[in-house]
Parts: sequence; C-alpha cells; structure tokens
Amino acid sequence: MIETLKDYYSGFAIMNQELTLVLVLIFVLLADLFLGEKGKKNLQFAAIGSFALATISGFTVSFGGSQEAFAGMYVTSDMHVLVKNILNIGTLLVFFFAHYWNKNENRNQSGEFYFLTLSTLLGMYLMVSSGNFILFYIGLETASIPMAALVAFNKKNRDSAEAAAKYILTAAFSSGVMLFGISLIYGSCGSLYFDEVANAFQGLPVQILAMVFFMAGMGFKISLVPFHLWTADTYQGAPTSVTAYLSVMSKGAAAFTFLCILFKAFHNYPEIWQNILWWIIVVTITVGNLFAIRQKNLKRFLAFSSISQAGYIMLGVISGSPLGMTSTVYYIFIYLFTNLAAFGIISNIENQTGKVGMDDYNGLYGTNPKSAFIMTLAMFSLGGIPPFAGFFSKFFIFAAAAEQGQYLLVFIALLNTIISLYYYLLVVKAMFINKSENPIPTIKSDNMSIIGLGICTIGILILGFISPIYEYMTSISFGM
Amino acid sequence: MNVPVEFYLVLSTLLFFIGVYGFIVRKNLIGILMSIELILNAVNINFVVFNRFLFPEKLEGYMYGLFVIIVAAAETAVAIAIIINVYRNMKNIDVDSIKELKN
Repeated sequence: MIETLKDYYSGFAIMNQELTLVLVLIFVLLADLFLGEKGKKNLQFAAIGSFALATISGFTVSFGGSQEAFAGMYVTSDMHVLVKNILNIGTLLVFFFAHYWNKNENRNQSGEFYFLTLSTLLGMYLMVSSGNFILFYIGLETASIPMAALVAFNKKNRDSAEAAAKYILTAAFSSGVMLFGISLIYGSCGSLYFDEVANAFQGLPVQILAMVFFMAGMGFKISLVPFHLWTADTYQGAPTSVTAYLSVMSKGAAAFTFLCILFKAFHNYPEIWQNILWWIIVVTITVGNLFAIRQKNLKRFLAFSSISQAGYIMLGVISGSPLGMTSTVYYIFIYLFTNLAAFGIISNIENQTGKVGMDDYNGLYGTNPKSAFIMTLAMFSLGGIPPFAGFFSKFFIFAAAAEQGQYLLVFIALLNTIISLYYYLLVVKAMFINKSENPIPTIKSDNMSIIGLGICTIGILILGFISPIYEYMTSISFGM
Repeated sequence: MNVPVEFYLVLSTLLFFIGVYGFIVRKNLIGILMSIELILNAVNINFVVFNRFLFPEKLEGYMYGLFVIIVAAAETAVAIAIIINVYRNMKNIDVDSIKELKN
C-alpha cells in the first residue's frame, strides 16, 4: 500500500521501458515540429535511431522476480520485460520496411506515422503489464485508437478509409462487449485487481457469463473465429507496413495479455475457459486455413494465415502451464520474424510496382531471385517445415498442449498444419514454377528494407537452433 | 424512495442489447457509432450501480466509469474523423458503400 509520496513516485522506477518509450515519443514529436520541411529526411533517421537505442536499452532491464507498482496496478517481471523487448524488435523491423514508403508516399506525414506507431506500442506495454482491469482497458484503447488512425493513413485511398471504418467500429464494439463483461466481473467479485478477482471467483453463472463476454472481446482483438470478420478487410485495405504491424505486434501483445489474465484472474476454474477455448481453437485454425486457400490477394491471404496462426498461439494458452507460457512467447517471437519477412517482401514489391495479387508473383524467381528466396523461407517457416524456426515453435506449442492431455486438439491442429502447407506452397509454386508473360520487373530494394529482411532471414534460419533463448524463457515463465 | 438494484441492472442490460441490436441492423455509420455509445452507457450504469449499492466503501467503479467516458470520447473523435474520410472518398456514409474490399 502507498504510504508516502516518496513511495508513490518510486513506482516509476520499475517502469524503465515505458519511460524510455515516452522519451522517444516526445523526441519524435518535437523533431517533427522543429525540423521543418528540409529536415524531413533526417526525421526518419532520428526516429528510427532513437527507437533503436530504446530497443537496445530494453535489454539491460532485469528484475529477478515479480515486481509491482501503484498498489498492484502495474505488474512486471522478467517475462513482461522480454515480451516488451520482442515487441520492440518487431516495431523496429516494421520501421525498416516502412522507410521507403514514408520517404516517397507520405513525405510530410512520416512524423505522424512514427508518433502513432509508438503510441500504440506504449498502449501495448501498459496492457501487457497491467495488474488491474482499469490499466488493462486504458492500455488496450491506447493501442487500438491510434491503430485506427494508422489504418486510415492513406487519406486519398478508398480502401484505406473503408478498412479503417471497419476496424474502428469493430474495435469499439468489441471493447464495449468486453467492458460489459468486466462490469459484471466487478459486480460479482467486488474488485478489479486480477488476484482479488481470482479469490472471489466461485464459478457463479453471472461470473461465467462475464468471462465469456471478456473472452469475446479479446477474441476480436486477437481475431479468433467467430470474431474474425474484420480481419481480412482491414488487412487488405490498410497500408502494407501498418498491416504488418497489426498482424504481428497487435496480435502478439493481445495474446500475451489474454494469457496473463486467464492465468491470473481465472485460474481457479480453468476447465470452464479451457472448454470454451478448445472449440475456439478448433474453429479458428480450420476456418482460417480453409479460407486462406481461395485467396488471390496476398495481403488477404496473409490475413487468413494469421487467423490460423492465432489459433496455434492459443494452443499454448489452453495448457495453463509454465511450459504453455514459454511456448506462447516463443511462438510469438518466431512468428514475428517469419511474418515480417513475408510482409517485407510484399511491401517492397507493392511500393515499387503496386502489385499484390498472387498471380502477379508468377515467375518472381526469374526476375527477383533473392526476394523469392526470402519469401520461400518465410512460407516454409509459417508452414512449420524443419529446419526453419517455425518448425520449432510449432513443436513446442504442440508439446505444451499435449503435456496437459489435449491429444485430440493437437491431432486436429496437426491435420490443419497439412492443409496450411498446401496453401503456403501455392505461393512458392507461383514464384518458382508458374510461367508469366510479364513478371514483376527486377526491383532495387532500399538499404533499410535490406537490413530488415536480412535480420528476418537470419532469424528464420538460426533462431530455432539457439537453445539458450528457449531455456531463458523457460527459466522466467510462470503458470497458473 | 429507494429503487432496488435489480431495476438498474434490468435497465443497463436492456440498453446493452438495444445497442447490440442497433450495431447489427443500422445502415448508417453514425447510427452504428451511436449504438456503440449505448453499449458504453450500459456499461457505465453497471459500474456506477455496483459501486453505489454493493461496494460503497471503495471508488473503483466510479473511476472505471470516468475512464470509460474519457476513452469513449477519444474513440468517437477518431471514429468520426474516419467516417468523414469515408464520406470524402465515397460521397456516402451508408454501410452498403463500404463493401469494395473483396477477393
């Protein structure tokens, strides 16, 4: 409990990463204001450079055990720090890929792009570290309101406006549904702190109803079936850099938060939410895969692929064990590199030729062998083919679910992996085998996206073999 | 005159489902936004009523209600900006006009 003002302010001492990010935010805002028309070129380097420094400084943060501030409102531990570092890496990669787009298409608004993206990141930080439903809600909205502005970033583009309208209305509706659930939790448990909710949770019908409302709201954010309907349209209409950000960071942060809340607030009656989650996982993986097969637009294709990947992430959540948490975070970590590699190639090609259809990729290997190679790696890794990193993350997440006796679920997920291999290989087939009259001409990538793609490629190729990462995650994870 | 707590809860539940119904059947984007506001108002009534009747010694429910109002204002501002953008691009804010994105 808070006793003096000094104790109160000492709470900020454990918020290193948030405060660093706020500094970067203010710096970007001021740089955007004062650099003027001529300095716009330097603004991007200032923003990316300062955020890169923040990312590096994030790795120096370490607590040893679990820490809390502001009377338990804000919770952190090494696992939370690690998740924030993972989000930092992903955001930095998105900045690399967005550099070319920012330089050519929105010269005057690149400052806004960085500011909005970093604001959503701050929201995700707060959401991940929340110990109370109030902070959780504020973090969630801080993450999703600027995100809508980002989706609408191409002001002159019809698709962008349509995607943003769909995104903001579904986001607002889903948070309304979730809030109704939270209000019932408050009414039946008498508190909003996760640990006090856990003590007061007795499995009353109203509490189960509240939990279902809450899970529905989170389902919208993670785009689980049957709450996935906004995903494909929003991913297709948004600018590609924003789609990449939305599909990896937004999803990863929401999935980890969902896991934390289920583990902390609802751990007394795990069988209730595990039953719900069981069906959601089965439907999510299957529907995502079946719809992905018939997509012709690569952004839509990756949207459905990311829906089914969200189902796989939930396999780690359903286990409820420390192993489940480890494999979930590991899966998000690998998924980040893999999906961003795919989006990096797509945004490169879209920026320079405007093509995103799968048919446009016919014969890509002949003209752009390196891009085709990286795309192939990404597809193999998403499909889970050894020895790429995606295989290891799928392996661990299946192991976590199987450890809790969910054999049928793991079997269904394995069957779905085979379906997913089919459509991931369709892309590879288009690039390597299909002939094309006018293939995409040889494009020259800019330096920033080459750096980003290089990091992603290295990640896909060797992360699976660096066992200290997995061991470190195991040593800091916690269960219910 | 004391109104029992159940009456408030019936009101908020009705309001919530009117909002959900409106969200589904409304054809106008502004109408959908208003339905979402109804949902948030239902939530606020819930929070305030639970706090007032069940847990009057703490202020958590009131605080949550305040935050919901503030965040809803921000959300509405962004949503209306986006709807204006939709209008500029399509000359229309009907939901039927925003179904261009397809495979």
